[in-house]
Amino acid sequence: MPEMTLIDALREGMDEELARDPRVFITGEDVGKRGGVFRATMGLFEKYGEGRLVDSPLAELSIVAIGIGAALAGLRPICEIQFADFIHPAFNQIVNEAAKFYYRSAGQWNVPMVIRAPYGGGIGGGLYHSQSVEAFFCHVPGLKVVIPSTPADAKGLLKSAVRDPNPVLIFEPKKGYRSIKGDVPTGEYTTPIGPARIAREGSDLSVYAYGMMVHYCEKAAEQVAREDGIQCEVIDLRTLLPVDKETILQSFKKTGKALIVYEDNLTLGYGSEVSAILSDEGFNYMDAPIKRLAGADVPAVPFSHPLQEAFMINPEKIAHAIRELAAY
Amino acid sequence: MADLTKEQLLEMYRQMVLIRRFEERCEELYAQRKIGGVYLHLYNGQEGTGVGSMFALKPSDHVITAYRDHGIGIAKGADVNRLMAEMFGKRTGVSGGKGGSMHLADRSVNFWGGYAIVGGHLPLAAGIALKSKYNDDKEVVLSFIGDGATNNGYFHESLNLSAVWDLPVVWLIENNLYGMGTPVEVSTGQPELHKRAIAYGIKDFGRVDGMDPLAVYAVAKEAVAYAREHGPALIESITYRYKGHGVSDRLYQRREQEMALYKARDPLTVMEDHLKQLDPGVESALAAIDAAARETVEAAIRYAEESPDPTYDDLINHIYA
Ligand SMILES: Cc1ncc(C[n+]2csc(CCOP(=O)(O)OP(=O)(O)O)c2C)c(N)n1
Ligand SMILES: [Mg+2]
Repeated sequence: MPEMTLIDALREGMDEELARDPRVFITGEDVGKRGGVFRATMGLFEKYGEGRLVDSPLAELSIVAIGIGAALAGLRPICEIQFADFIHPAFNQIVNEAAKFYYRSAGQWNVPMVIRAPYGGGIGGGLYHSQSVEAFFCHVPGLKVVIPSTPADAKGLLKSAVRDPNPVLIFEPKKGYRSIKGDVPTGEYTTPIGPARIAREGSDLSVYAYGMMVHYCEKAAEQVAREDGIQCEVIDLRTLLPVDKETILQSFKKTGKALIVYEDNLTLGYGSEVSAILSDEGFNYMDAPIKRLAGADVPAVPFSHPLQEAFMINPEKIAHAIRELAAY
Repeated sequence: MADLTKEQLLEMYRQMVLIRRFEERCEELYAQRKIGGVYLHLYNGQEGTGVGSMFALKPSDHVITAYRDHGIGIAKGADVNRLMAEMFGKRTGVSGGKGGSMHLADRSVNFWGGYAIVGGHLPLAAGIALKSKYNDDKEVVLSFIGDGATNNGYFHESLNLSAVWDLPVVWLIENNLYGMGTPVEVSTGQPELHKRAIAYGIKDFGRVDGMDPLAVYAVAKEAVAYAREHGPALIESITYRYKGHGVSDRLYQRREQEMALYKARDPLTVMEDHLKQLDPGVESALAAIDAAARETVEAAIRYAEESPDPTYDDLINHIYA
């Protein structure tokens, strides 16, 4: 199995889907000749041409909405939003049109589209290039939301998303685009949308995370195993909507303690739902209060480096939270 | 030479030189990682548009722009030390270090700031202008707009609103030929961007040579006067940015020819020529202005370097819910 970066794996996934299905096309700002702001589509323009790698004007609402129309009519758009922070102008189209169409038309139409957006902080992006936006969309029935943390899943989930008959949002941990490397299976495969992944087995405590935080949790888990003998099970949620309750609960059954880690703001973030699932359906296994470790409830990730670091969750903060919970 | 005195012309030159020197040093400091962030968007090449147009404003008038905002803040009279401190993310910065390069803002001089969500500031500009009309205080809003931003819904809604409500706003499109890597002709059906004014019933002041600050000033003066009395006006300034979209963008190479064309008409040089025509002996005054600008920038860097970093308390400060 070749080792790849997260972004190379995404690109390979798109490449294979473009080759497989002539209905698949990619649109977004600078996705064509320039290969995208993060180079996610680099080289695809040369291979598939301007008919299938379509540079759009600076207009997120339309990038998404035209995708919805094209999907309704039978194409398979992959819409790129340069940074998740810029998806908000398209919020209405995603929530009011894409999510509701299948339901409101009693199944006459479905919306087979993919929206890709890099998200998350820690790269010096400041207020408007660092946001985590998953919670907004996870509140909306009618959408699927995935966040890969490994190159293999990035490619596999992307391919599943393209083939899915319904709208799938892929939020990509941009801090890990090039720093996360991993083996990617050779040959054709997909990663199903639905199941979570057990990233590390353990019996003392369950740590739930997605995206970049999975890597930080694994790091912290190794540290506390080494230094304190605490064995954490790390669950990579990877499919946020639909959520894999079974895997979440199975791990909790084993450990009785849960730490949910996400870099989005704490209040009403995705971890709040995981916490609710655990207390609802896992009450009998509970050995300690369910803990969330998340970004501060501030309006945005500030620019200044010390402020950004104060905001961001990191392995040290996670290890500290693990130790506290383990000691409960 | 329009209606400006020699002193005023020298002041215009001073502002442009200060912006240029400020940004040259920012670029170096960014390379040294003293200034952080994923982006540093320089205004160099475009100084003539910002300075020329703002020269037509009164201090009580308002200015708002996108993320390419250093020069706009300087020309509006924001404190250079505190602007530099913001670039460094220091506590003494105009935005307390929270904003950084793209989000400079200084309420005390009616500089409403830089905005990173492209187009997002345009309806705000209309709202600020609405206040002026509401209170009849005859203040004008000068709103800068990138060519790329004109393709965003915000632009269309704002223009229409400003027209139906006769808002005192000057929409100034800075057409630097590209939005990131996308040339105007690729992104826009009508590449003569000023023509869009006509569709909305806005007074169209046409295209102006953005490399010539005096040409920009002359048309801005008319547009501002018109906006103050009647309602929205629109200007398209043809200009050019010398660097990539951000300084670390290596995306846009192979533009040497185009670049040379514009660099030959650098707004600083154009202004120098104007001044020399007026007064062949002006050279030493220009040199003194340059030296003073360099000194101002070095002092600002010292101020920024000596300023404290923000702390955790600053992360959770300015929160109300
Ligand atoms: C809503 C939104 N979409 C996309 C971006 C990414 N982006 C930043 S600047 C830019 C191009 C803007 O071009 P233009 O308006 O011409 O301004 P210029 O950079 O040339 O000054 C893009 C696509 C953004 N910041 N906000
Ligand atoms: Mg532009």
